Amino acid sequence: MAVPLLVVGTAWRHPAGAVWRHLWDTQLAGLIVNTLGLAAAVGAGTLAIGTALAWLVVAYRFPGRRVFEWALVLPLAVPAYVIGFAFLGLFDFSGPVQSALRRALGDEWRVPELRSGWGVALVMTLVFYPYVYLLARSAFREHGLATLETARSLGRSRRRAFFGTVLPMARPSLVAGVSLAMMEALADFGTVSTFGYRTLTEAIYRVWHGMFDRAAAAQLASLLLLLALALLGLERALRGRRRFTQGHRPAGGVAGVRLRGWRARVATGACLAVLGLAFVLPVGQLLLWAGELVGGARVPANFGALLGSTFALAAGAALSICVLALILAYAVRLHPSPGARFVAQFSSMGYALPGAVIAVGVLAPIAWLDGVLRDVVQLVLGRPLDLLLTGSAVAVLFAYAVRFLAVGYQTIDASLARVPPSFDEAARSLGVRLGGTLRRVHLPLMRGGLLTAAILVWVETMKELPATLLLRPLGLKTLAIEVWELTSESLWAEAALPAIAIVLVGLFPLMLTTHLTNGPARGPE
Amino acid sequence: MRSNSPTCRVIVAVVGVVAICLGLVPGWAPAAEEVVLYTARHYGQEKAFDAFTQKTGIQIKSLNGDAGQLFERLKAEGDRSPADVLITVDAGNLWNAARAGLLAPVTSAELTRNIPAHLRDPESRWFGLTMRARTIMYNTKKVNPADLSTYEALGDPRWKGRLCLRSSGYIYNQSLLATMIKRHGEPRTEQIVKGWVANQPTIISGDTKILEAIAAGQCDVGLTNSYYLARMLAKDASFPVAPFWANQGTTGTHVNVSGGGVTAHAKNRAAAVKLLEFLSTLEAQQMFADTAMEFPANPKAETNPIVRAWGPFKHDDIGVASAGEFQAAATRLADRAGYK
Repeated sequence: MAVPLLVVGTAWRHPAGAVWRHLWDTQLAGLIVNTLGLAAAVGAGTLAIGTALAWLVVAYRFPGRRVFEWALVLPLAVPAYVIGFAFLGLFDFSGPVQSALRRALGDEWRVPELRSGWGVALVMTLVFYPYVYLLARSAFREHGLATLETARSLGRSRRRAFFGTVLPMARPSLVAGVSLAMMEALADFGTVSTFGYRTLTEAIYRVWHGMFDRAAAAQLASLLLLLALALLGLERALRGRRRFTQGHRPAGGVAGVRLRGWRARVATGACLAVLGLAFVLPVGQLLLWAGELVGGARVPANFGALLGSTFALAAGAALSICVLALILAYAVRLHPSPGARFVAQFSSMGYALPGAVIAVGVLAPIAWLDGVLRDVVQLVLGRPLDLLLTGSAVAVLFAYAVRFLAVGYQTIDASLARVPPSFDEAARSLGVRLGGTLRRVHLPLMRGGLLTAAILVWVETMKELPATLLLRPLGLKTLAIEVWELTSESLWAEAALPAIAIVLVGLFPLMLTTHLTNGPARGPE
Repeated sequence: MRSNSPTCRVIVAVVGVVAICLGLVPGWAPAAEEVVLYTARHYGQEKAFDAFTQKTGIQIKSLNGDAGQLFERLKAEGDRSPADVLITVDAGNLWNAARAGLLAPVTSAELTRNIPAHLRDPESRWFGLTMRARTIMYNTKKVNPADLSTYEALGDPRWKGRLCLRSSGYIYNQSLLATMIKRHGEPRTEQIVKGWVANQPTIISGDTKILEAIAAGQCDVGLTNSYYLARMLAKDASFPVAPFWANQGTTGTHVNVSGGGVTAHAKNRAAAVKLLEFLSTLEAQQMFADTAMEFPANPKAETNPIVRAWGPFKHDDIGVASAGEFQAAATRLADRAGYK
């Protein structure tokens, strides 16, 4: 998994001195400040919104809670740049909101420019908070309420019990969610370019496509990688040697507190506001665009094939990445040396890099392997061989694994971390083998975490563009590619329908997990 | 294990779905005569492709992508690449593809007859297929066109706070600056760009968005490609924006191309040349002009009525290839001048 990342690093063989000097003279400091500022704002925003909403739906009862519980994940199914574009469409100077305000309040009326740091941070927070929400929700469900009850029975106030006990115990999950959101913010190109906000990722594209200097672009990318590693290192240092684990089975029996009166209205209102801004608004805008099409929206002829390939790739990625992440997390658990931990962390760093950089990083080793295969076949069979891996579904899945392993690994690792090591020892001392311990002790305890990992990977893959675009077989097309082809020509009305389809395909696993985690699991226990 | 079984069932179901769907992915069945196309241009060409297949029986298989990425894929695939033809927008991209050795020269009397010399590679590795002008757009209710003249004059203080531009990272702006460098040299071009920056332009991502901003009054003038306005006017004839042909008294309005060439390792070279030739004919050029609302590269084809209504104009006949030559310099210049 780390090979493509190392390929990025090898670009340093030919340091692009002139480009670096130019960037240093003109903008490098500003780019780093912009990038770190954005990551920090998105981290803080997603932590606050994600954690608060998760605690709300787990610990309290209020009108609409059962719907919000799953609906609050929905924004994840909408590609970030689509939300960004819908926001600009609505709130831009020429959009309906500002136009109406000017009509009502006079021509001189202005709102703060949305195409700025705060606009990007707002949009990204709204798109990425579900990472924190999902992970926090499963952490709170697995132990939160029971822990709260215990702390309360020991005489702590509700607030102190939450901040002093529940939150620290959920920390691995919260950190995992926030670091996913921050890495997304670091790697994002679509949203920052839509909003004209300059980050390192934007500079990578500029150097690559404007100066046609791929080596310099890769060197910039490794700077991004360094920033991401520093962020993770900082978290580890802050966490220190503390470990938080959880001894008992998920406490399905403890009910949340029923909210009444204005408190209930505030809870419902908060959920509605977030969901409205992050999901209803952009999807509504998409529906409007679809409606604007002259002669009505038409379903493209190849819609079935688009749907099929999107589905297949997403499912294949979800499955392979979860298995890979589980192996990695389990290996680290069995042999918890700093070296193993670093290798695992590093292999999942691909998430902090722009997809296009990863895609090219994957292309090199794949093409090399194809060359080796050709030589071998030539030697053994004495005839030439067509390209086998370059431009195949295998290459695409490999790129997904490099890019999204972090999503699977962070989620599964956080879930595994809450299972106390004493369980492993107990099982082993009872004579259960390694595989048996995993199957009979860990997997049942981690079910929520595994499913969360699978959905996150699924949804990510479905939206993924650059790697799919570069590495796919001839003739293979996904919904995201269809949307991109149309939007790159500013054909937003035409793009609206496939964009809505992406959201629908994303809903499928979300509903499946809600069914699995809420339905049968609750009954018998 | 009991609580585990739904998960297992889901996994089995997912594996099943994957297997079925992967089975649907088209394999490598050898078809009749075909030509494989890598294209970074994704709109307004399908009709011409269909006409080609109907006429010749040659099937077109295409892979759409972003120009920089398609170049990387071609390089990685090397001599075993399935691609026969590469099509992309922007002369700078075509120039770079040729320089990277991805395209092979084509000798074709038909192509040289149909495509004017300044719209193709001097070494015949690529040919422009459509032409687009990047010019000044203005709000017809707020701007007197007599106040407009040249790209340079957009740096005049009268346009302070009234100018909308796309980011300097955008390829068509890079090509515009690159041809200006070729004409005027770097110091003069940097001065021009600094003039724009001094007018505190609003940077907007998307030519269509710029046109909407001009119509709504956020700014009064901007620079966009011509066909975006044509497509807006086709939807709404009363859209209050009109093009002003820049630099008519001097160098002429900046034009760019979308175009293509035959790849260095094409397996179906004859069919590939045939496709390029067909795309340069009057028949195909008319389709480009009508659906994409660009200017046909072949001067014999007629422009769309909406575009024709803007009247004839003098275009800058500096070889579009220079866009590639000075692209990196243009990017650095924009950074120095503080053009975002």
